[in-house]
Amino acid sequence: MIGTARYWREIPQRYRYEAARCTACAHVAFPPRTLCAKCRGRAFEPCTLAGEGVVETFTVIRVAPAGYADEAPYAVGLIRLTDGVRLMAQVVDCDLARLAIGDRVRVEFRRIRQDGESGILCYGYKFVPAT
Amino acid sequence: MREVAVIGVGMNRWGELWEKSHRAIWTEAALEAVEDAGVDRVDAVYVGCMSGGLFVGQEHLGAMLAGELAMGPIPGVRVESACASGGLAFRQAYIAVASGAHDVVLASGVEKMTDVDGAAATYALSTAADQEYEGYHGVTFPGLYAMMARVHMHRYGTTRRQLADVAVKNHAHGTMNPLAQYRDPVTPEQVMESVLVADPLRVLDCSPITDGAAAVVLAPVELARRLARAPVVRVAASAHATDTIALADREDLAWLGSTARAAEQAYAQAGVGPSQLSFAEVHDCFTIAEVMVVEALGLADRGKGGEAASSGYTRLGGRVPVNASGGLKSKGHPVGATGVAQVREAVVQLRGQAGERQVRGARWGLTQNMGGTGASSVVHIFQGEGRR
Amino acid sequence: MDVGIAGYGAYVPRHRIKVEEIAKVWGADAPAYKKGLMLREKSVPTPDQDTITLSVEAARHAVRRAGVEPRRIGAIYIGSESHPYAVKPSGTVVAEALGMTPEVHCADFEFACKAGSEGMFVALSLARAEEMDYALAIGADTSQGAPGDALEYSASAGAAAFIMGRDRLVAVCEATYSFMTDTPDFWRREHQFYPRHAGRFTGEPAYFRHTAACARGLMEKSGTRPDDFRWAVFHQPNGKFPMRVAQELGFPRAKVEEGWLCPTLGNTYSGASPLGLTAVLDVAAPGDRILMVSYGSGSGSDGFIWRVTPRIEEVRDLAPRTRAQLEDHPVYIDYGTYAKFRGKIRKPCE
Ligand SMILES: [Zn+2]
Repeated sequence: MIGTARYWREIPQRYRYEAARCTACAHVAFPPRTLCAKCRGRAFEPCTLAGEGVVETFTVIRVAPAGYADEAPYAVGLIRLTDGVRLMAQVVDCDLARLAIGDRVRVEFRRIRQDGESGILCYGYKFVPAT
Repeated sequence: MREVAVIGVGMNRWGELWEKSHRAIWTEAALEAVEDAGVDRVDAVYVGCMSGGLFVGQEHLGAMLAGELAMGPIPGVRVESACASGGLAFRQAYIAVASGAHDVVLASGVEKMTDVDGAAATYALSTAADQEYEGYHGVTFPGLYAMMARVHMHRYGTTRRQLADVAVKNHAHGTMNPLAQYRDPVTPEQVMESVLVADPLRVLDCSPITDGAAAVVLAPVELARRLARAPVVRVAASAHATDTIALADREDLAWLGSTARAAEQAYAQAGVGPSQLSFAEVHDCFTIAEVMVVEALGLADRGKGGEAASSGYTRLGGRVPVNASGGLKSKGHPVGATGVAQVREAVVQLRGQAGERQVRGARWGLTQNMGGTGASSVVHIFQGEGRR
Repeated sequence: MDVGIAGYGAYVPRHRIKVEEIAKVWGADAPAYKKGLMLREKSVPTPDQDTITLSVEAARHAVRRAGVEPRRIGAIYIGSESHPYAVKPSGTVVAEALGMTPEVHCADFEFACKAGSEGMFVALSLARAEEMDYALAIGADTSQGAPGDALEYSASAGAAAFIMGRDRLVAVCEATYSFMTDTPDFWRREHQFYPRHAGRFTGEPAYFRHTAACARGLMEKSGTRPDDFRWAVFHQPNGKFPMRVAQELGFPRAKVEEGWLCPTLGNTYSGASPLGLTAVLDVAAPGDRILMVSYGSGSGSDGFIWRVTPRIEEVRDLAPRTRAQLEDHPVYIDYGTYAKFRGKIRKPCE
């Protein structure tokens, strides 16, 4: 179970890809954080992640955790966005047998999971082939 | 800081222990360690356990398990650092003795993993990753290591066969460990044809779901020498380092920075380098993990970890045997217990009591225990003083 | 004062299932179905796609074409018969994803297949009334047909989004007209998973009567004839109905074909005639007139007359065209995968 409040507070990141750019060193934190991981600066300006990138690495989950089993097999990868930020996300609508490091992908809004049959529906970003 | 020795060890046969509860498993190992040490009391108990809450619905393990020992109102401390909980519990116990806060301390680890089904166990283990930005996307632990494996293979040419050779080696070692969960040898073909879990990792690349516990007793070296019940094993180094919990935030996806950092500190403390090690017990939760750990420990060059098992370098009889116990792969991986069981193996080896799998002339042994995808690493070095 | 469409967007899922693949499971006569329904295949949503996700993607395309700051959009209306929640709006999620919140009016609409055009009507009216600068209307569905039912061959998934306003228009709305009666030809009761329909009753007294009457009323109201239109888009529950109603009204096939997506898309319900309109806007020339008539069971039709403006040339390539989404890189699935995707396989409850 994810629960409502815990899900709700991440909405700016999951729906709109809102990140924070350190005003001192320009490092982009996603999700935003209190201290810059690079320079320990505390001042950030909001920014939005690029919607495209390349697959830096990935796997195909065959044995899924509780709540995700219905969608297995599915690919999860680390995506290096064109703005340099790296994030983890599923790669969907792709041929799992042909997915490769270096593939270009772009973001789409998808349902990520649901809290059982009667709980909340949880949305967020996934990536699809950029072709 | 006082010099510290391990004076007693205990561990039960690991596996799917359907008839035994979490506390019963722990108590068996703890009592064996206390009896092996020949002490009638301990001053404090440290328990490494990753997720009593998710596996058996039980927290507050420090008090509960201290109570099982029936030694009165002694301190009981539960330590959690995902799969490194055991190694870190040992380190906390070491610090307590070295600092003089306590004299005789029990360091232990336990996990009872088979009371939940596979999906729930997979979920419980996945909580060691960043829940909001990794777990949310449906990734599992095999999946995270699979992503690291893919980078390692892509960049360094590490082969599928080399990964299989790690499993083959550790299972071969495990056939000689009467306490191991899986005492069957496996062939490279069996590994490479086993069921895919998270490409490219297959089920025989993964450590199993295990119930088990391990415990050791620590005391000042002076006391150990006085008791002289067994060859003294000194804790020559204790180090702990962390890295980003989310894989996405790592500088290098094919490098275990926390292990490298902890190892560097440990070698400096012990005054030995990787070339002087007699053996190492490392965290092979997945075959790729051992490949990357031997690099971070300096037992192989960066990118060359894949060759270490295949060439025989890390096999029993090789230059530096790695995971003579069978490792997590064959011995089993009750997550909270693993780090303590590594220490137990090091002590048994340095005492010369390892039987068939004894590393000849063992003097220096290293243990490396890791949490998450390497967000925490605990490294210890032990020196056997031999019988006096 | 002109009001109309400032930006439009479409979204069609990649997965498809062919009529033959469904027919073979139920022992049905595939060639007869294909001919009778004038339908070859349909889109299928993946388990991670629903009315909300399709709406977000279509609306993002519309925002790109409109070139307006999302916070200036004062309302969001999503019409669908497959809102993922029975209680809790789809529109809040979509508005949040687009960055429209918090000063926004929101309602989810439902009127079988015409909920999308209802949203368009209300959004246009708010812009006309100068209640707000822009209003967003979306028609989206991931409709279910009962296994083996005729609807299973057509019920598909897709979304179309329109930002209505008074400036930046790509199409001016010249007239609207609605026609509605209580005609229960298709329905789904609360807590039921699949809809039911009244068989052949869905034809003459329902679809044909309402669609034709709406089109005639709209032309009468605006003083137009079929000759005045370059394009016509009708609701398309299958391939055959819109072609027949077009013929009855005197629209030649060439004027209907561009917005006739059903043969390869299926029936996207609330998204159907709105998606047809997006496909026409993708190719229409400035000055072209488009007649659009939706139909929703229950029953009613909304009619619109659109006149395309020169701005269309500047914006149509700012987002993927509808037919490109329909034709590029489809992924064909078998019935087993389809049944898994659509939750038609019974499993133990979690
Ligand atoms: Zn900074």
